[in-house]
Amino acid sequence: MPEYPDVWRKPPFIASAWLRWGIGFAVALYLATAIGSVNINWVRLSVGLPRGWRFLTSFFPPDFLSRGDEILEGLEESLAMTVTATAAGVALGIPLGLGAARNLAARPVYLVCRTIIAGSRTLQELIVAIFFVKMFGFGPFAGMLTLTFSSVGFIAKLIAERIEAVDTAPLDAIRSTGASWLQWVNYAIQPQVMPRLVGLSLYRLDINFRESAVLGIVGAGGIGATLNTSLDRYEYSTAAAILLSIVAIVLVAEYASGSIRERLR
Amino acid sequence: MTQVWRRRTTKAQWAIWAGWMIGTLIVAQGWHFIAEATLWDFVWDAPTQAADMLGRMVPPRWSYAPAIVKPLWDTVNIATLGTLLAILMATPIAFLAARNTTPQAIPLRPVALGVIAVSRSINTLIWALLLVTIVGPGMLAGILSVALHSIGFFGKLLYEAIEEIDPAQTEAIAATGASQAQVLAYGVVPQVMPTFAGVSVYRWDINIRESAVLGIVGAGGIGLQLNASVSQLAWPQVTLILIAILGAVAVSEWLSAKVRAAIV
Repeated sequence: MPEYPDVWRKPPFIASAWLRWGIGFAVALYLATAIGSVNINWVRLSVGLPRGWRFLTSFFPPDFLSRGDEILEGLEESLAMTVTATAAGVALGIPLGLGAARNLAARPVYLVCRTIIAGSRTLQELIVAIFFVKMFGFGPFAGMLTLTFSSVGFIAKLIAERIEAVDTAPLDAIRSTGASWLQWVNYAIQPQVMPRLVGLSLYRLDINFRESAVLGIVGAGGIGATLNTSLDRYEYSTAAAILLSIVAIVLVAEYASGSIRERLR
Repeated sequence: MTQVWRRRTTKAQWAIWAGWMIGTLIVAQGWHFIAEATLWDFVWDAPTQAADMLGRMVPPRWSYAPAIVKPLWDTVNIATLGTLLAILMATPIAFLAARNTTPQAIPLRPVALGVIAVSRSINTLIWALLLVTIVGPGMLAGILSVALHSIGFFGKLLYEAIEEIDPAQTEAIAATGASQAQVLAYGVVPQVMPTFAGVSVYRWDINIRESAVLGIVGAGGIGLQLNASVSQLAWPQVTLILIAILGAVAVSEWLSAKVRAAIV
């Protein structure tokens, strides 16, 4: 027998065996309690499975025509919400982003802007939508406000991060020409940040459309409302048509925004 | 004649103006559509409504707290189990979808990419809407819908990471006479492990947020209580539930940031 090991073994991920087994045990314990808490109703499920199969087959063939007008109107509403909310979100997000950049804004302004951003980002869209629907009534206006609210935080946070990473040489150069603050921002910072801003806006356009498809569940307009109605009416082939339209638009939007962003880089 | 510095040529300037024109027209058209569909009386009434609602929302009904402990625990479980299920299903799909590890370029790879695309483009809540009809209301529908939507996200990020690995290492392992499976295990997996762990934790964090609202369509978790309280106009309870959700989101975000910082 040689003195050295002649078989290589993969070193364990966590060196201490005690800790390794401890973590393993804790994970197993958690999984057991979590799965135990699911409380699956097997009777309901066994009834549900054939029903689920019938449900799936009733999606085919997708029916675009019998509710064609409603589908078109819902899609149009979603697209209108998406476009206006993205435009408003970018318009409001830019000043907020300028205020949230540590190298531009004074300390108190920075803190206020960062708080607004954190608020906009932590609240789930649907929760915001519930409140806006209560305040502004049912319909796409509430949906548009919801999307605007979450777009603002998204654009502001990411643009602020980009501004904090700008090259400082042009900043000094423009300032030394005696430019005003606005000229300074416009000629020293804006050209460096612009490609990122355009990319983010397109990306957000894409996200907003996806989100607009669910806001209808709480009454905030868009294609989600049409989808919800069709499911409530048991018109599954119409629902399938709506789902297919959503997937198609999302894929086209993703491909388009991806290829434009690729060219900007 | 003195020349004045200009940033762009005349042609470029015109192209930019045309772009702005078209963009403005599209937005104006969208706004027109929304304005048509809006009942403005309700909108002008909004400040009164908001003040009334906020007035009713404070103070939160703290005595309701024991009633939301279980739903909150359910919410965390939906997110965790859903994420685990998604990881289990998405990992093989990602290996099938990556150009350098797929066993079959046609038709397996396009199928895997298609699964990823469809899963991603249908929102968690829409999955939930469908699954509640199939498996009935409850946590199971929530877990499955979280899993079905996360497959796309997880699969996409993982297959992109697999495509970006350093091929020298897999070639070195293959040169020792390792089998295909051994090349995967010792050449590819160690290289994508940080992305794998980082994306898992990141998705878990997103899923906590998502599962907080799943209850609105009946798929379990704290959203059920939220929806019930809103429809009963029990605003002090709504405030308490919102505080609970924000707390859970903040904790999960902090935890996920910590773990990701430790990995990278």
